[in-house]
Amino acid sequence: MASVSIEGAQKQFGRTRVIRGISIEIDDGEFCVLVGPSGCGKSTLLRMIAGLEEISGGNIRIGGNVVNDMPPKERDIAMVFQNYALYPHMTVHDNMAFSLELAKREKAFIEERVNKAADILGLNDLLQRFPRQLSGGQRQRVAMGRAIVRDPQVFLFDEPLSNLDANLRVQMRTEIKALHQRLKTTSIYVTHDQIEAMTMADKIVVLRDGIVEQIGAPLEIYDNPANQFVAGFIGSPSMNFLPGTLRRRDGAARVDFDGGISLPAPANSTGEDGQKVFYGTRPEHIELATGTDGVPAEVLVVEPTGANTEVFSTIAGVEIIAVFQERHEFKPGLAIRLKPDANRAHLFDAGSGARLAA
Amino acid sequence: MPRPSNRSLLDRFNNSADALGLIFMLPAASILLVFLTYPLGLGLWLGLTDTKIGRPGVFIGLANYESLFKDSVFWMSVFNTMGYTAVASVFKFMLGLILALLLNQNIALKSFMRAILLLPWIVPTTLSAIAFWWMYDSQFSIISWALMKAGLISTNIDFLGNSWNARLSVVAANIWRGIPFVAISLLAGLQTISPSLYEAATIDGATRWQNFRYITYPLLTPIIAIVMTFSVLFTFTDFQLIYVITRGGPVNATHLMATLSFQRAIPGGQLAEGAAIAMAMVPFLVAAILISFFGLQRRAWQQGSKD
Repeated sequence: MASVSIEGAQKQFGRTRVIRGISIEIDDGEFCVLVGPSGCGKSTLLRMIAGLEEISGGNIRIGGNVVNDMPPKERDIAMVFQNYALYPHMTVHDNMAFSLELAKREKAFIEERVNKAADILGLNDLLQRFPRQLSGGQRQRVAMGRAIVRDPQVFLFDEPLSNLDANLRVQMRTEIKALHQRLKTTSIYVTHDQIEAMTMADKIVVLRDGIVEQIGAPLEIYDNPANQFVAGFIGSPSMNFLPGTLRRRDGAARVDFDGGISLPAPANSTGEDGQKVFYGTRPEHIELATGTDGVPAEVLVVEPTGANTEVFSTIAGVEIIAVFQERHEFKPGLAIRLKPDANRAHLFDAGSGARLAA
Repeated sequence: MPRPSNRSLLDRFNNSADALGLIFMLPAASILLVFLTYPLGLGLWLGLTDTKIGRPGVFIGLANYESLFKDSVFWMSVFNTMGYTAVASVFKFMLGLILALLLNQNIALKSFMRAILLLPWIVPTTLSAIAFWWMYDSQFSIISWALMKAGLISTNIDFLGNSWNARLSVVAANIWRGIPFVAISLLAGLQTISPSLYEAATIDGATRWQNFRYITYPLLTPIIAIVMTFSVLFTFTDFQLIYVITRGGPVNATHLMATLSFQRAIPGGQLAEGAAIAMAMVPFLVAAILISFFGLQRRAWQQGSKD
């Protein structure tokens, strides 16, 4: 096991700068998730760590050693690919044994390792099958088995669950996390699915356009997003953003919206009087209000999910989502009043997107 | 509940997948019968008669085959055909595979190079054969000229006047002509191999050679089996190159079975003997097809419920 540190890493394809100076410290044994929208450079960064892409600038260290010019096999890493990349002409056993065979390890040693990995992943009955004869989830396990048998310093996962159906994805998510808790090998996991990031990570790195937007523990990022992008990307359904103007009068701060309505600004928010802002509130932090409390809203659609009720409505012409634990049967067009929890709301600068908080 | 056993014959026929299959095959089968079986049958029949041009023949049994059996020119053509096919196929495979591997790399002007590669294949064979004939000319050969200018030889090479020179020359022309087919087909096969397999193998510690040996080659074998079957069949039945470059000469030294068959049947007028020579190719071709049949069978790893 080893720590991984990325110091100002850069990657250019021709004149296109895909990775624009990224620095991340990943501790020994940590499960780090790189998350971001497609095209943010997360897979490229992972491939740079693996040695499949050259590094245009900066350094990548694995266990303290700079690996920039080291070929993949000397980096002591194992990678699980999005499409699994199982060798179709080899049995499950041979797929897992391949790297050890290439390393010319003893037969008994190889068998022991393969059998141990098969035990961990429940592949014992499938060892003589070919990849074509396996289901998606089984292939996924073989791909992990191939990584485990090498007992590497670092596991790299490149969107390993995106080819699975929804149920299986949730199941494999738990399996990978349990596996990590058992093996405690440093892992770097790339995904575009923020739920995977939230549920699996010790540390989340949110990327956009080749730069780091925020690094932190899942709940830390959820509670204190650094900017509007991170706030909107992490959390499902996404945070609502209402455009408005910050007003500071008589020591109290409020945000005015179109249509003459306003809400109190979050307690610790900074920003000047008259500043254009976005008022951000998570769907689960909105409650129904009565009388003159909250702001008026008009119901568009109600989507009961069973556990929750998701209410789509408009406030001053802006569409927002609220999630309630109670069941509501609002008719479309109904006028209701919604009250965001001011203590858990955020203000973002309308220009830079930075969070306005002390 | 016992199954009803008194269904009518028509019922049973309608519900039999085998019977329906036969019916569905009928149209295709009848076309094959008319356009393939008739010429083949006629050839077979001609070989059993003493037909000459301008004279309908009578059935003489295996007499043509008996005389061929004692005919040293026929045996030389058999030897030539087998040697021609074996040597040319091996070289076409090796050079074609190397070219395909090169063209599968990220090289400059990739699509342009691929188009260029096809040139020998799209030029009419007769045209390239004439070009080779000129390159092999005993006095004006550009190859001899270049080698003499380079100081490697002192006299013109007699490419087509000497038996072995002539054989090697036509084999070289056939290799040149056949490489594009092999290379392009194998290139298509190479492109079906997912790049992530190479990446996975590289991370697993495979060198470039091991990538080829353990990933590329095994995954390419189904394509290789098909391509080489076709290549062998084309080469074995080759006619145009030989007929234009050497006409089977010098002194029948480069006759293949196909050219000898034509030579005897049409210019020589011995239709029956020509047909018998052509029919003598059939056992070899059937053998080649049988070998490829087993080579083409789906391997265990290609089978499975889904992709």
